Amino acid sequence: MKFINKQDQINFRLMQGLAIGVVVMMIIMILLLVKQSLPVIELSGLSFLTTDWWNPIEEEFGALSFVYGTLVTSFLALLLASPFSIAVAVFITEILPDKVKPIISMLVEMIAAVPSIVFGLWGLFFLAPFVQTTLTPFLKSTLGFLPIFQGPSFGIGILTASMILAIMIIPTITSICREVFKTVPNLQKEAALGLGATRFEMIKLAILKPSFSGIMGAMVLGLGRALGETMAVAMVIGNQPSINFSLFAPGSTMASVIANEYAEADNDIHLSALCLVGLLLFVVTLIVNVSARTIVWRFGSNER
Amino acid sequence: MNYYKVQKLKSHLFIACLYCSAAFVLAPLIMVIVFLFYKGASSLNLDFFMNLPKPVGETGGGMKHAIIGTFYMVGLGSLIAVPLGIVCGIFLAEYGKGKIPNCLRMASDLLTGVPSIVIGIFAYTLIVVPLKGFSALAGGVALSLIILPIVIRSTEEILKLIPGHIREAGLALGLPRWKVIYFIIVKGNLPNIFTGVILAISRAAGETAPLLFTAFGNMYLSYSLTGPMASLPVQIYNYAISPFEDWQRQAWAGAFVLIILVLGLNIVSRLIVNRKQLFNKK
Amino acid sequence: MKNLKVLVLTIAFLTPIFSFASVQINGAGASFPYPIYSKWFAEYNKVNPKIKFNYQAIGSGGGIRQLIKQTVDFGASDAPMKERDMKKAAWPVMHVPTVLGAVAVTYNVKGIPNNLKLDGEVLAEMFMGKVTKWNDAKIKALNPNTNLPDADVLVVRRADGSGTTAIFTDYLSNVSSTWKSKYGMGKSLRWPTGIGAKGNDGVTNMVKQTNGAIGYVELAYAVKNNLSVVALKNKAGSFQAPTVEGVSKAAAGMKNLGTDFRVSIVNAEGKGVYPISAFTYILLPQVENPKLSEVKTFLKWALSEGQNYAAKLHYAPLPKKVTDTVLKKL
Repeated sequence: MKFINKQDQINFRLMQGLAIGVVVMMIIMILLLVKQSLPVIELSGLSFLTTDWWNPIEEEFGALSFVYGTLVTSFLALLLASPFSIAVAVFITEILPDKVKPIISMLVEMIAAVPSIVFGLWGLFFLAPFVQTTLTPFLKSTLGFLPIFQGPSFGIGILTASMILAIMIIPTITSICREVFKTVPNLQKEAALGLGATRFEMIKLAILKPSFSGIMGAMVLGLGRALGETMAVAMVIGNQPSINFSLFAPGSTMASVIANEYAEADNDIHLSALCLVGLLLFVVTLIVNVSARTIVWRFGSNER
Repeated sequence: MNYYKVQKLKSHLFIACLYCSAAFVLAPLIMVIVFLFYKGASSLNLDFFMNLPKPVGETGGGMKHAIIGTFYMVGLGSLIAVPLGIVCGIFLAEYGKGKIPNCLRMASDLLTGVPSIVIGIFAYTLIVVPLKGFSALAGGVALSLIILPIVIRSTEEILKLIPGHIREAGLALGLPRWKVIYFIIVKGNLPNIFTGVILAISRAAGETAPLLFTAFGNMYLSYSLTGPMASLPVQIYNYAISPFEDWQRQAWAGAFVLIILVLGLNIVSRLIVNRKQLFNKK
Repeated sequence: MKNLKVLVLTIAFLTPIFSFASVQINGAGASFPYPIYSKWFAEYNKVNPKIKFNYQAIGSGGGIRQLIKQTVDFGASDAPMKERDMKKAAWPVMHVPTVLGAVAVTYNVKGIPNNLKLDGEVLAEMFMGKVTKWNDAKIKALNPNTNLPDADVLVVRRADGSGTTAIFTDYLSNVSSTWKSKYGMGKSLRWPTGIGAKGNDGVTNMVKQTNGAIGYVELAYAVKNNLSVVALKNKAGSFQAPTVEGVSKAAAGMKNLGTDFRVSIVNAEGKGVYPISAFTYILLPQVENPKLSEVKTFLKWALSEGQNYAAKLHYAPLPKKVTDTVLKKL
């Protein structure tokens, strides 16, 4: 860049320096994380990902059960949250009168601002007993033939964790869906209504259908948030490093195992293993977030 | 019934469903807040703000140290991240093309998506390992890593909205560019920039995961930068999983204080924006 | 320039805060003795107000690691350090026994009164996931007069590296050969069943909240929370609920102290003995520094006057011959 003014040049160099500093710091942090993870990669190799035998005392590390726990809770949360989020987004953009809109949308966004520890507290003292005494007997009596609804229930476990996660990702999905719905041109809606469509048909044909890929993007971003959520999950999932197909069973996620064991890891190799779990989590969320952005971005450019 | 009536009925049903789902989504929020008021506000008292914890199992005591710890570390994190974030945001908005800005943008986007627990690991390897000990500094750095990308992004977005003719007008008056940037563009939009900053700070104030193994915890009031320090969220976590009823009561009270703090900051930032919009309309 | 003034003022205000310091000693480790330690620290602070102990009950495993990493001034553990870990430390580590405690097996089942009788075999099978109902015939055989409900056995155990777990699994390995060969003993191990909770706190809370739960915690935690405890069959063949006397009797039968106090008194012989009793230790680096001499002064207080607080908090005071030997070594 060329500068006529010396002061401008100094200002620019200063800013650029800080910017480079931030980027370099980011690279250093990732490299440190990789370096910390190396010992356990040498020790376990690929078996880190293919076994679920996690025994820090004997220095055997298999993280499969954490990967399983993270994926199951996140996808289940997405399954629970998506219909509601989309419905609420439609509700806010299409049904609510303009005056109430900001209030309701602010309330929904407030959910995103509630610290996850507060959700954890609520989950532990309200949701978990509810799941054990009310929801579990109900599910067992209606859907008990399915293997995922069998076995004893502590109240805390995969199902409870997924429910908390679902509540936490609803605002994320809702707000992006609303952005997407806003891009639908009014003409399109009016055309549908003008052709004699009911409101339901208008919403289905003129709003939801053209927004499909945008909605997908919103869901993937919601997934990204669910994957990394730590405290609320750690408090209600039960911290059992094993793979259970029952949703009532306790489990463990990548984030929850780091939260539980990092401060009290016994030895360096244990710490290294936890770092590798962290690295894995980092990479997974990275991939999910990048693909979400790609979907949303592609959707945006198609519209224009 | 004819076709139209069926379709009409379907439509009404659908809209009823929408109402229901909106109620369903808002229910947890309302329940959390009602629960907090019911359990938290009722157990709040002056002791809670003025005292330190009692030995395990004894009733009484408070979270003074944790409240101060949270303010201390959030302040520290802001001190690091806010100026840096604003400058980086300005840089992206004003000199946004080229390799370095793109790298910065990518890095900050990357950092936004990093789970907060992984940020804790970053701060641990960056500060705790070399200093050989849990410290308030490490906690502050961890929180700064949460604040930084949000501030960068919001500052950039806000400054990008400013129409180019304002810059040109300033430059046409013969002002150097840095003066245009700082005294016209940034100064005129400080309230908006601070909205982003407040949002970022409110998010950091509620974070637990990155503090678990950076600032760790402390049963006493501490002002030492290099010593472990208590924070409200970590204290709530420790008390919540404890079996003692008095501690659980305090966990609720702590959660109540925390949520008032976080939601309060959120509402304040929104009010700033709304007032701004109101002025513009007039 | 107004901004500059504000900045200077802020810095001026913050500087004394940063440099402010009283002697704070950081420790971390076992949650097993946490109730008595925190009482001790609070009382000792009254005797010697300049010294502040900051103790984090993060589990024995964490205590040992933090000690090796030198992130704390002293550690605390219920399970003695292994030779391997001792070698990793930069200096020799001294084990200072502080009190004796019992690991209580606690449960929360609607309809089952306090002091359900169990023996080691059945207990091990419950924790192995083989006995899955509270009205299992094996439990019935030990408690013929109790009405046992048809509830699921929900095992609660520690999620973190824990000395309590080490003591408990030491006992299980002692009484069940299947347990010994399959799962062994240690601060953390691969549990066949159950959910993990953090610290004695977490396990107590989980048991308290969950109908059908069984877990193991330090006695003080069970008593303070009014949880039911199991009366365990000891070597002499009688069923003994965890009590301070039961623990003292287990320690009284101990013959050999060992040179560095690293001994197990699990499943001890004798009448009235509670079978899951153990010492708990403070781990002290053997180096000269002012903070550590403060810790030593504190320990001398804890081993003399401090012992009086033990029974009230449901720990057993150390036998006289142990305190004498330890005080000499300090």
